Amino acid sequence: MAQRGSVEISPRGGGEKRADSCPACGAPMDAEELAANLRVCPACGHHFPLSAGERIELLADQGSWEEIATELRSDDPLGFYDLRPYHERVEEAEYETGLSEAMLVGTARMHNMDVVLAVMDFRFMGGSMGSVVGERFWRAAELAAEARYPMVAVCASGGARMQEGMLSLLQMAKTTCAVEMMASVPVPFVATLTHPTTGGVMASFATLADVIVAEPGALLCFSGPRVIEQTVKEKLPEGFGRAESNLEHGQIDMIVPRRELKDRLVQVLGMLE
Amino acid sequence: MPSGLFGKKKRALQEEEGRLRRRLAELSRLPTLPGVHLKDEVAKISQRLRELGRVRGRGEGASWEKVKLARHPERPYALDYIGLMFPGFIELRGDRCFADDPAIVGGLAAYQGRTLMVIGHQKGRDLASRTHRNFGMPRPEGYRKAQRLMRLAEKFGIPVLTLVDTPGAYPGVAAEERGQGGAIATTLACMARLDVPTVAVIIGEGGSGGALALALADRVLMLENSIYSVSSPEACASILWKDAAEAKLAAEALRLTSSDLEDLGVVDEVLPEPRGGAHRDHAAAARIVKEALEENLRQLELMKPDRRRRERCGKFRRMGVWRENGLTLF
Ligand SMILES: [Zn+2]
Repeated sequence: MAQRGSVEISPRGGGEKRADSCPACGAPMDAEELAANLRVCPACGHHFPLSAGERIELLADQGSWEEIATELRSDDPLGFYDLRPYHERVEEAEYETGLSEAMLVGTARMHNMDVVLAVMDFRFMGGSMGSVVGERFWRAAELAAEARYPMVAVCASGGARMQEGMLSLLQMAKTTCAVEMMASVPVPFVATLTHPTTGGVMASFATLADVIVAEPGALLCFSGPRVIEQTVKEKLPEGFGRAESNLEHGQIDMIVPRRELKDRLVQVLGMLE
Repeated sequence: MPSGLFGKKKRALQEEEGRLRRRLAELSRLPTLPGVHLKDEVAKISQRLRELGRVRGRGEGASWEKVKLARHPERPYALDYIGLMFPGFIELRGDRCFADDPAIVGGLAAYQGRTLMVIGHQKGRDLASRTHRNFGMPRPEGYRKAQRLMRLAEKFGIPVLTLVDTPGAYPGVAAEERGQGGAIATTLACMARLDVPTVAVIIGEGGSGGALALALADRVLMLENSIYSVSSPEACASILWKDAAEAKLAAEALRLTSSDLEDLGVVDEVLPEPRGGAHRDHAAAARIVKEALEENLRQLELMKPDRRRRERCGKFRRMGVWRENGLTLF
C-alpha cells in the first residue's frame, strides 16, 4: 500500500478547473473527499489530473524532493506573435500555475530509494515541450547517469511548444539523446504516462523508457482524436488512444491506479538496478 | 524582389527590423508589473515587422512562397534524386513485422566505389501514386523499415543518407494502434546510436516529428526552397489563430525557411537550388545534393565513430534557447 500518511493533496491545489461532479460518472464531487482520495473519483475510479506539485507529493518521500535547474526560463527566440505574444502566454501560465515551466526536475527518495524525478504539468501551456523542458530533461538525465540514480518521468503533454518553432521540435531529438545517455550507463528509466500524453513527448522520451506505466483512462497517442477525425475523416473506435487500448495493442507495459503507483514504480526500479 | 530596393534603402530597412526585433526581445524579458501593459507596444512592433517583411520581400509572403515551392508537385522527390544520383540503386522493402510502407523508400546505392544506405520519404505525382505513397505520410511500419535498414548499414559500416520530404507522420487510427509515437521515437534513438556517418537532406517538406525521425544526423543539410517546421502552417494557424486561413501569418511566424533555420542553427548548411527552384531542373538539383553529400561524407569519414556520435549528440543537446540567471543561452 502507498504510504497515505506522506501524501497530502490539497483540495485546492493544481489541476484543471475543479468540477462539481465527476465528468466520467456524474457522481457529485466533494473537493475535500476527492483530494483525500488522491483525486480519483470514489464512485467510478476516474483519475483527475494532478499538478506537478501534487504528483511530487504523491511520489516523493516526505521532505525528500530537491528541485534542480530551477533558474531556467523560456526565452522568445523567434519573436513569436500570434494573437498574443509568446512571452505574454508564458507569463500568464506562470501566474496561473505558480510554476516556472511545464516540467520540474529534481532528486527525491521513493521508499528510501534515491531517484531523479521529471514531472510535467499539463496546466502550463498544455504541458508543451519547449527549450526549457528539453534542457531540464537533459540535466535530469545527466544527473541520473552521473549519480547512477534511476529516473522516473511523469508525462502530461499536448506536444511541442509551437511558439518556439523548430527549436521546440528539436527537443524530441535532444531528449532522445538524453535517454541514450542514461542507457549507456545503464540506469533504469521508467515513464508514467498520464492524461493526456500526446504529440512530440509521445514520439520521444516517453516511449523510449525501459518500462512504460500508464494511469487508467489516460489518452496516449501521437495524433490526437480531433486531428484524426478532421484530417483523415476516420471514425474513431470506442476508447481510442486510451491507456487500456494502448495496453491491448502492446504499446505500454501496465496500467497502474494512482493509489498503487508509487509502490509499483519502486518495485520495478528495484528489480532493474 | 525589384533590384531598386537594394543598397541604402534595403540596409535602412534591415536596421529598423533589427532594432524592432531587439526591442521585442527586450519587452519579452521584462517582468510583469501590475498596471504595466505591454500588449499595445508589442502589437505595434509586430505589425510594423510584418509590413517590413512585405517591403523587403521576406515576410509572410516570402515564407508562404517557400511553402508553395517546397510542396510544388514537380519538385524532385526522393526516388527522383536516387535515380539521378545512384544508378543501379537496389530497393529493400518491408519492416519484417507487419508491412512495407511505400511512404518511405530505402535501399543500397553504389557510390564512388563503396556502398551507401539511402532512406527517404516518398510522395506520389498522380492520383494513383499519391494514394499508393499515402501522400508521403509514413505509418509505423515505414519508420520500422527505416530502422531495419539503418541497422543493416551499421552492421556493414555503410554510411546513411536520408532524404526528408513529408507533410508529417500519418494521423490514423490503425497507425496509432501500431504505435506511431513509439516508432518515431525509436527511429530517433536508432539514429542517435549509429556508428556510421549520417547525412540528412531536407529536400522538400520537413513536416513535424514525422520528418525529424529521419533527421537526427551528423549533418543536416537543407535545400534552399525547402521548409522544416514544428507543424504545418495550416495546423499552427488553426490552433493559435483559431483559423486555418491565417496559414500565411503562421508560415512567417514559425521561421520555417532555410535561411531562418540556418540563422537559428537548426540546419548545418543550406544548399542553393537551380534558378527558379529545384522543380525547374532535377538534374542540376541532384548534382548540388551529390556534391554536398560528397564533401560532408569526406569530412565525417575522417572522424572516429565515437567522436562522430559524441558530436552528433552534443549538437542536438545544444538545440534550444533559454534564459538562466538573466543570461540568454543559445
Ligand atoms: Zn466518477
